[in-house]
Amino acid sequence: MTRFLKVVAAATAATLALAACGGNDDSSGTGTSGGNVSAADVDAALAKGGSLTVWAWDNTLKNVVSTFQNKYPNVKVELVNAGTGDKQYTALQNAIAAGSGVPDVAQIEYYALPQFALAMSIADVGGYGASGLQSTFTPGPWNAVTLGADKVYALPIDSGPMALFYNKEVFDKHGITVPATWAEYVEAARKLHKADPKVYITGDSGDAGFTTSMIWQAGGKPFQTSGTDVTINLADPGSAKFAQTWQPMITEKLVASIPPWSDEWFKALGDGTIASLPTGAWMPGNLVTGAAAASGKWRVAPMPQWEAGGKASAENGGSSLAVPEKSADKALAYAFLKYAAVDEGKDSRIKEGAFPATTADIAKPEFLNAEFKYFGGQKANEIFAQSAQNVVPGWSYLPFQVYANSIFNDTVGKSYVSATPLADGLKAWQDQSAKYGNEQGFTVK
Amino acid sequence: MADTLVVGRKRRSWAGWKFVGPFMAVFALVFLAPIGYSIYLSLYRNRLVGGNSFVGLDNYTQALQDTQFWSGFGRVTLFLVVQVPIMLILALLVALAIDSGRLFGKAFFRVTIFLPYAVPAVVATLMWGFMYGPQFGLVGNINDALNVTLPDPLSGSLALASIGNIVTWEFVGYNMLIFYSALRVVPASLYESAEIDGAGQFRIITAIKLPAIRGALVIATIFSVIGSFQLFNEPAILRPLAKNVLTTSYTPNMYAYQLSFSGQQYNYAATVAIIMGLITMVIAYVVQLRGTRES
Repeated sequence: MTRFLKVVAAATAATLALAACGGNDDSSGTGTSGGNVSAADVDAALAKGGSLTVWAWDNTLKNVVSTFQNKYPNVKVELVNAGTGDKQYTALQNAIAAGSGVPDVAQIEYYALPQFALAMSIADVGGYGASGLQSTFTPGPWNAVTLGADKVYALPIDSGPMALFYNKEVFDKHGITVPATWAEYVEAARKLHKADPKVYITGDSGDAGFTTSMIWQAGGKPFQTSGTDVTINLADPGSAKFAQTWQPMITEKLVASIPPWSDEWFKALGDGTIASLPTGAWMPGNLVTGAAAASGKWRVAPMPQWEAGGKASAENGGSSLAVPEKSADKALAYAFLKYAAVDEGKDSRIKEGAFPATTADIAKPEFLNAEFKYFGGQKANEIFAQSAQNVVPGWSYLPFQVYANSIFNDTVGKSYVSATPLADGLKAWQDQSAKYGNEQGFTVK
Repeated sequence: MADTLVVGRKRRSWAGWKFVGPFMAVFALVFLAPIGYSIYLSLYRNRLVGGNSFVGLDNYTQALQDTQFWSGFGRVTLFLVVQVPIMLILALLVALAIDSGRLFGKAFFRVTIFLPYAVPAVVATLMWGFMYGPQFGLVGNINDALNVTLPDPLSGSLALASIGNIVTWEFVGYNMLIFYSALRVVPASLYESAEIDGAGQFRIITAIKLPAIRGALVIATIFSVIGSFQLFNEPAILRPLAKNVLTTSYTPNMYAYQLSFSGQQYNYAATVAIIMGLITMVIAYVVQLRGTRES
């Protein structure tokens, strides 16, 4: 009975607390977060000092925390790694539901922001001065943290305009030219795998982030939200284009089914088993540490295109820092946000390899001309910066994207392990996401 | 007369409560309260839009028609029907072998077979997960060394069997110990008289040993039934290695976990947990009835 009890007890505790804090939100939360505060509060909070708990998994924040504490000696910051991505969101949601142990600052990826914003569990920091930062950030990330409204739910700390990372040595060995379109990419995958059956052009075992970014680049807009009306259409032209092109990659077993971020995956990136990766501009740091064996062999190219001669790109990943509504000292928390996203903290993070979300930094010559040793001295930032400008506008995520992504492998995953066509997998994902949305009180069409 | 009776009654009940009080308090706190509260929870529905509302038995109606829940239930039932007999028969054979006294190094065997149970389930699963790896794990190494292609142990058709293998490895020793300790209390004089009557080892097993440990067999079966229905650790830990096969509703407990922690649907998760708890109780009770009636 113990496991049963654990589940019940956990559910019990969480819901008890949820009920309790529901009341708090009604009495104190409504409309106050953005209104009664000002930038002066932030300075006052810094002068007064205090302590902050920051939940983040981004390594570049370690330095930010120590320099922040040096600059403001009366502020004590504790940096906690509560898990990466959805693991942290689960922990954060539980802490928020329980009403205790909620951090003052949390790292949240762009795709997850709508979910926290909708539940009103993160504060609108517009009133602390964030609403004046529109021109500071590049349009993609800014749109992601404002959710197209006049509130600011977080400050962007990086962005992930996509590019094609490829192992030039493997490509050259088998006479593969860098594909300019996805059709060429599929052809290259066939050629490569035929030449050496142990080599795959890329690894893909079903990843929600990758799939949504591919659809984004193809011009799809499968998720639309207006108030509580949600539209999900994973059969729109962009999604269909992706499903059709990517299908042979799975059917002909041209992609390695190695789970991303596993030890196997990094090993495969290092030894040439996986020869390329279409992913976000935040990848270089991971390659340097995770696949050191392949240093100097990899290069970066613009994303293959859906239309020959096109220039479209998409964002993949990218994070922001948000202040949970339950934080005891929101003004002080915002001071840390600003330091890490706009002021000195941002500079040290860019030096450590974070891809900037700030307009000024992305245009700086020293940034664009930086030579990457890992990429054989290539000035990779030029390609990333170009990609950032070509991100297809108008994309949005679901207000329950974290949950939707959690069932991606239940549904679309079937297409990777059985004869289910990718288009049917996407349809199943749409249906189950819609079911959840309706259960949660949205009107999903 | 009436007064003394009342006083006497009071004193009696007070004394009784004093003895069971500490137990009852803990029992109520950690057992009755959570169950009561989850029943309460299961009658409500809390939504992102629209808040909390009383829905009566709607959650139960939904769960009874929920294909994800029932397919997970079907999976653990299959697991129960196949894995539990294999595990218990293996455990019984080992226990009888050790008890026969004819085994050389019996203490060594006993400890070795029990050892996997001492390995935490999480560690054991991670270890097996590594061995199952078709690229860089043991399976991969065998493939490379012998130039063969073994099927992926975590592919759709084999995953449940691979999980069964881990669970069997973990729990054979535990069940063996239950059987063995039950066998130890059988007086040796019974065996001697059986031998004098001309019974062979096999006859002694069927006529004396098995009937003597019937109680232990029933208990071990009930534990295993409960364990199977609550299958969670192994598939949940292996999930990152085979997300497409080990879905979020692979077992009813994983489904409840997913509903609660990814979906924030605590009410529905509580409903699923209660239904699973009820089914488990009924089946465990049937096993117990059958086990005792035959004796």
